[in-house]
Amino acid sequence: MIFDPVFPAQGRIKGAYGSSMAQQTTTQFGYRRHPDQERPANNAAHHPVVIVGAGPVGLSLAIDLAQRGERVVLLDDADRIGEGSRAICFSKRSLEFWDRLGVGQRMVDKGVVWSVGKIFHGDQQLYQFNLLPEDGHKMPAFINLQQFYAEAYLVDRVQELPAIDLRWRNKVTALERHNDHVALTIETPDGAYHLSASYVVACDGARSSLRGMVGADFQGQVFEDQFLIADVKMTAEFPTERWFWFDPPFHAGRSALLHRQPDDVWRIDLQLSPDADATVERRPENVKPRIARMLGHDQFDFEWISIYKFQCRRMARFIHDRVIFAGDSAHQVSPFGARGANSGLEDAENLGWKLARVLRGLSPEALLESYHIERSLAADENIRESTRSTDFMAPTTKQEARLRQAVLTLAKDTDFGKRMINGGRLSTPSIYETPLSTPDADAWSGGPRPGASMPDAPLRTRAGADTFLTEAFSAAGKTFTLLQFANGQASDIPDAVQSIRIGEDADLIDATGAASTRYDARPGTAYLLRPDGYVAARFRHLSRAAVEAALARASAAN
Amino acid sequence: MPLSTASNFAKPDDAFRLIVEAHRGLSDEQSAALDAALVLILANHIGDIAVLRDAVTLGKRRLADNSSSHTAQAT
Repeated sequence: MIFDPVFPAQGRIKGAYGSSMAQQTTTQFGYRRHPDQERPANNAAHHPVVIVGAGPVGLSLAIDLAQRGERVVLLDDADRIGEGSRAICFSKRSLEFWDRLGVGQRMVDKGVVWSVGKIFHGDQQLYQFNLLPEDGHKMPAFINLQQFYAEAYLVDRVQELPAIDLRWRNKVTALERHNDHVALTIETPDGAYHLSASYVVACDGARSSLRGMVGADFQGQVFEDQFLIADVKMTAEFPTERWFWFDPPFHAGRSALLHRQPDDVWRIDLQLSPDADATVERRPENVKPRIARMLGHDQFDFEWISIYKFQCRRMARFIHDRVIFAGDSAHQVSPFGARGANSGLEDAENLGWKLARVLRGLSPEALLESYHIERSLAADENIRESTRSTDFMAPTTKQEARLRQAVLTLAKDTDFGKRMINGGRLSTPSIYETPLSTPDADAWSGGPRPGASMPDAPLRTRAGADTFLTEAFSAAGKTFTLLQFANGQASDIPDAVQSIRIGEDADLIDATGAASTRYDARPGTAYLLRPDGYVAARFRHLSRAAVEAALARASAAN
Repeated sequence: MPLSTASNFAKPDDAFRLIVEAHRGLSDEQSAALDAALVLILANHIGDIAVLRDAVTLGKRRLADNSSSHTAQAT
């Protein structure tokens, strides 16, 4: 297991201040010797894909690749999960990805569903937002779920897929890059062995050792403010909402966050001063009074306490020859906004289909470059958003503090002031500016533009059963899919493209009209969806030639 | 440039006076807080990020002039 927490991965202070009370039951996995380990260095076993790191990102990518028919070796240097709760907020986009991987519903069933956030200043509520104000989506805006549950469910799914070879206590200690393969040296309880791989995907977290092995830089901004994170167990009457305070009565001059998790566990985040002594602050006898002031009672137990500073940084390039970086190994953000784990899962979703196509020779290697283009721009956006949130919470100059105070004061009376308050802008999928998109040639007044992710919508089957567009997409085969709003004419589309048809005479009926509205659709409208559910192109009138051209572009074939 | 620097008030002295008088009797700290609020209120009213950017550029240019030619200001 990777002990880099994905949230709050960001420079969580380790070692001397490491997590003191991971009381949850950890799940232990067994190391097993593999026949690959019998082979000498000069005759190492070769595998098409080796993923390093069985955290949420590595596990999800492995499942996606396996479902696309690829064989995957997944290595992890530990043999257990369950240290702290770390990431807790999983976004709609992540849940839709997990739903395609067969684990989405299990996550939602265990998780705490929420969509409302409230912002307080002092003891007064300033602002309330709802992240999913409309119905007709299969997945909620967010769930809160301890990362160890997410990992455990992903591991369960991995174990159903014989194409994934998950090897615990396999630690990569050396990596050599060659023109046509990567050579790995792996340390195990039985000693070292060697593997060769066509591609290595490094999902080994914020302190990625593979990043060092390829000699990559990892530059960015370190924030001086320290945050204390505590997961406490208690029964409480607070609603299932994200509550954020500026200058609360129980923690004067700083910020605080309260958020519910399953099993009566609550995430509490308290901003500390930059010069606070972390070793002192994190002692339970010092944490307890602070939290008791916040909650108004001391009837709670600690599950996990950690103190961290964060960094916002990313690798200049996510691809180093045949070594590809995904998740925290490639980029780190501050935790406010749930952009760590979710952006890592978006990396996996983006990379899976591209790597599968390249491995099968369906697309040239150039398709992988689009992973770097799309996901590094997304990382920039996540870093920008989370840096702004952090700066708002911890102003660095007197005038910055004055401007923030002005916003908080104006928010009491004005709508614009409320909207300027930044207590974390929660993760939404990026819209990619990408060479894979075909620019619009027709007139649109709404709907997802090329590079945007597909919005869900409620549908009805011909047999009268309720379903969702995301389910139809999953059933169509998670490959390039043409979403058509039927106009009664049979359409001539390339064989390589799956089809979803919506209309009165089609298999799926837009009974509520929501699909047509969300896609700005008229009879004859069609969207070409990429295998990750992003829009590649859209047309008011379908022609085979136009679909073929868009398909060629989206698969980097031209 | 989209920022209007033509004189937009029929009576510019009224506008200047109104702002000056708003600061009367305030400490430096209170004045700074008032300015911060006014900037945000007016920026939102303008509602155009390009105009705001130009205004910041213009404001900073004058800031540089003031600090580099401090003695020339009394002319």
